[in-house]
Amino acid sequence: MQQFPCPFCGLRNEQEFHFAGEAGKIRPDTTRKVSAADWADYLYTQKNTMGEVREVWMHSPCAEIFILRRDSVSMAVLGVEQLRKNKP
Amino acid sequence: MSGFRIAKGGLINREQTLDFTFDGRKYQGVKGDTLASALLANGVRIVGRSFKYHRPRGVWGVWFDDPNAIFDLTLKDVSLPNCPATTTHLVEGMSARAVNAYPSAQFDIKGVFDRFHRFMPAGFYYKTFKWPHWHLFEPVIRKMAGLGHLGSEIIEGYQSEQHNIRCDLLVIGGGPAGLAGAQAAAQAGQSVILVDDHPEFGGGLYRRSKDIEGVKPAQWVARQCRAIEAAGGRLMPATTAFGVYDHNMVALAQDKGFGLAPTLWRVRAKRILMATGATDRPVTFANNDRPGVMSLDGALEYLARYGVLVGRKIAVLSNNSFVEPAAEILRRAGGEVRVLDATQGQAKALGNKVLHGVEMNGQRFDCDTLLASSGLTPVVHLWRHAGGKLDWDENLAAFIPGKAPDNMRAAGAANGTFDLDNALSEARAKAIGAPVPKQKSTYRITPLWPKPDAKARQWIDFQHDVTLKDIELAARENYASVEHLKRYTTLGMASDQGKTSNMTGLAAMAALQGRSIPEVGTTTFRPPFVPVPIGLYGGARRGQLFNPLKRLVLEDRHRAAGAALGEYGGWLRPGWYGARDITREVLRARNAAGILDASPLGKIEVMGPDAASFVNFIYYNTISTLKTGCIRYGFMLTEGGIVYDDGVIARLADNHFVISCSSSHVESVTAALESWRQDGNDPDRIFIHDCTQNWPTVTVTGPKAREIMAQLDLSIDLADFPHMTWRETRFKQAAARVARVSFTGDTSYEISVPVDKVHALWDAVILAGKPLGAGPIGVEALSVLRAEKGYIIVGKDTDGEVMPHDLGFAIPRAKKTAAFVGDRGLHTDNANREDRRQLVGLRVPDGAVALATGAHLVEKSASGLHSIGVVTSSYNSPSIGQPIALALVEKGTERMGETLTIWHMDQQNTATVVSPVFLDPKGARLNAG
Repeated sequence: MQQFPCPFCGLRNEQEFHFAGEAGKIRPDTTRKVSAADWADYLYTQKNTMGEVREVWMHSPCAEIFILRRDSVSMAVLGVEQLRKNKP
Repeated sequence: MSGFRIAKGGLINREQTLDFTFDGRKYQGVKGDTLASALLANGVRIVGRSFKYHRPRGVWGVWFDDPNAIFDLTLKDVSLPNCPATTTHLVEGMSARAVNAYPSAQFDIKGVFDRFHRFMPAGFYYKTFKWPHWHLFEPVIRKMAGLGHLGSEIIEGYQSEQHNIRCDLLVIGGGPAGLAGAQAAAQAGQSVILVDDHPEFGGGLYRRSKDIEGVKPAQWVARQCRAIEAAGGRLMPATTAFGVYDHNMVALAQDKGFGLAPTLWRVRAKRILMATGATDRPVTFANNDRPGVMSLDGALEYLARYGVLVGRKIAVLSNNSFVEPAAEILRRAGGEVRVLDATQGQAKALGNKVLHGVEMNGQRFDCDTLLASSGLTPVVHLWRHAGGKLDWDENLAAFIPGKAPDNMRAAGAANGTFDLDNALSEARAKAIGAPVPKQKSTYRITPLWPKPDAKARQWIDFQHDVTLKDIELAARENYASVEHLKRYTTLGMASDQGKTSNMTGLAAMAALQGRSIPEVGTTTFRPPFVPVPIGLYGGARRGQLFNPLKRLVLEDRHRAAGAALGEYGGWLRPGWYGARDITREVLRARNAAGILDASPLGKIEVMGPDAASFVNFIYYNTISTLKTGCIRYGFMLTEGGIVYDDGVIARLADNHFVISCSSSHVESVTAALESWRQDGNDPDRIFIHDCTQNWPTVTVTGPKAREIMAQLDLSIDLADFPHMTWRETRFKQAAARVARVSFTGDTSYEISVPVDKVHALWDAVILAGKPLGAGPIGVEALSVLRAEKGYIIVGKDTDGEVMPHDLGFAIPRAKKTAAFVGDRGLHTDNANREDRRQLVGLRVPDGAVALATGAHLVEKSASGLHSIGVVTSSYNSPSIGQPIALALVEKGTERMGETLTIWHMDQQNTATVVSPVFLDPKGARLNAG
């Protein structure tokens, strides 16, 4: 069982967290024309990197959403960033 | 009869005898025995039958390394299936039965299966899938499969405790290396936990050593234990470390005794020292599965720990330098021992049902027991769980721990350090992070692996009847990767999970293909290391502790009114009141008024300077034009354009909204709102608060609703309170919120008050309603009422493909200019298809019964019948006086008036497509008053 550091609550067990997606995805401006390929890319295409990844997670008990940097192979946690100071 | 108890020695108490039965016969063991040691002491040879061919099986190993002795056990009123006899301690009055054997392991009627072994080679089961037809074989195979019998009785109070602990160093294995390492670390000031799966510490120390560091083994163990505890360390005997998980979490199962749930310990260790020892590998030779063929180390352990000499005339078949001292120990205990060098020829076990002798190079030796060892295999399972690598050591002919996982080290036999003195110094050094002194090993081994092309049947996996020939077959049929080999032959899939069979199996594959053993590699090691009850993982998390029901503030009132309470969307709610009569409640609501506890309805407040643009983005419908004091019905979508939730939103002020989502969706909608708030918006300008449970709600619905409202202490001008508006007022000096909004099609008021006022509100509404013929209604009546009006329930009348324009809400899709969640998803090729399923109503012919929910609407095509839709809701409608149904049907709105075929459980009926609004299509009732 992994442990993640919530920026608000500190180190907690992984069951308390909810994966919300890869960090850095920007929602296309849908008031303009968005191609099907771009929309599909935004919705479905994941980089699924082996190694260091940046992901958006939610800590369910406190509802804090933050960026978690971790290694997808070794499962090592590399760090967290508060979202409000680092908009993707 | 062969094995017997020697006069003294061992960790048992001969004074305390224990009676038990095995396959109906009475035996006696002593305190400290396992079932296996007690049976061996009684000279019992056949303890089970193999899985496939029902061949007789004897005890092979002594602890977790035995695949053969598996019993269904009963003690008083507790029955447990599939207990390993080698790791289950004997209790007075136990009754044991061999699994997979009838009437007994000694005489098993399915023993004849062995004669047909040619028809059941490896993979025969998979071949039955191919030809001629699986269903021919299925009934027989299903009957044959499985081991023990699960009792029908649930064991009272069987619930695992679960604890979380942490330490600097977790030492796994309480043998000499583990004890030495734990002591060194504890005395160096570390917080240390030492676990061992036996009730006594010492591990393999007893079986070979005379003196250790100047004292007897038992004395040395006691001394180490005292030193560890004196230095603040914690000893956990009878506790198995069965898995290493992410971030250095080790799971321990602590035995509590027979019939009691083991305790789960989750240890978060800064560092782990693995000192799990090594086990003996079997030798692969002709008829090596005969009862009487045993592990050499196992025999030494039975002698040292349980005072049992497993045979009188013993042959030892081996290939390494540890054999002679072992033979000497057995001789001193009274055995007649002969050592054979397994590398010098092909052995063959003699004897029909049990072993009578061994033949080698044309010579015959009589013996009742044959102890086999083709070398030691370090127990590296936990190392692999943690992600450590394995190296092949040519000198030891074994896989040993290679590149270490972070924070984990191995010492002693588990690390391939088989010499006792070396193991001690290695463990002490590694426990405190000191350099390990260079050491010389005295262990010598001549590699001995299965030899293909041998004529006789040679067993690799004793329980699952995988022979060398089966491995050859798998290689021939190109199931050559070890992972394929395992699944095709079931090698290593027995209850010991390959602890006795994997090494010989993969060595056989290597030999067949002319590859080296490290090239072939091992299969993946996965937790649990030994079988553990599934309840260990669950612990107390079941029933209410797994999925607690949410309770209504008014539950006492509902109970007093005779409500049938049931779970609806996670809440315990009244399904109906009194005897089940939904029609009565529906007609009460239609003719007078229904009074409903609507407290679970979502009430999520959204406020802040950016609240208006935020909800306009969240909703499919345009919310920016909603006036203060007004309510709008709308959908929330997923980004794919799928309907995620429906409900109303009220605007309380310019920058203050209340989202009333579905009762069962409150948590997920709140999380979705939070996600959009923090990720993509300025979280300091929007605030979200779920106050569903702060505002219990009573709904009054029906033609008499306004009359009831007029009698309540609410100070609302009901003449100026149109449908879809909202009023903030007071009830009994407290704040009250009243929404005029309907889920029934009749005039309805939803009154929300603080928790401490809702009893007074409920009582006042009931009192005012009674003379008018109004009364409480449950959720079942509400479901009918809303369906009569064509109101949907998201998740019942919609599925993961339904978009708002399928439900008749097409305008925002065409007209809304601002961005909103799911906007682009509503204009994909799929969203634009003309044959999308659309919401319609269905009517059945006069006199026909209601359609089945889930029934398919079907149409004939060239290839036969195909589904064009599905019935999503169906009721006998008291208000219409006929059955009604809602359905999703391809091009539904174009089919109005068409009669379609309904298919359900091989029956065909017809129904006519109509508007989903069965009641009051013009909305006269809704807007009345």
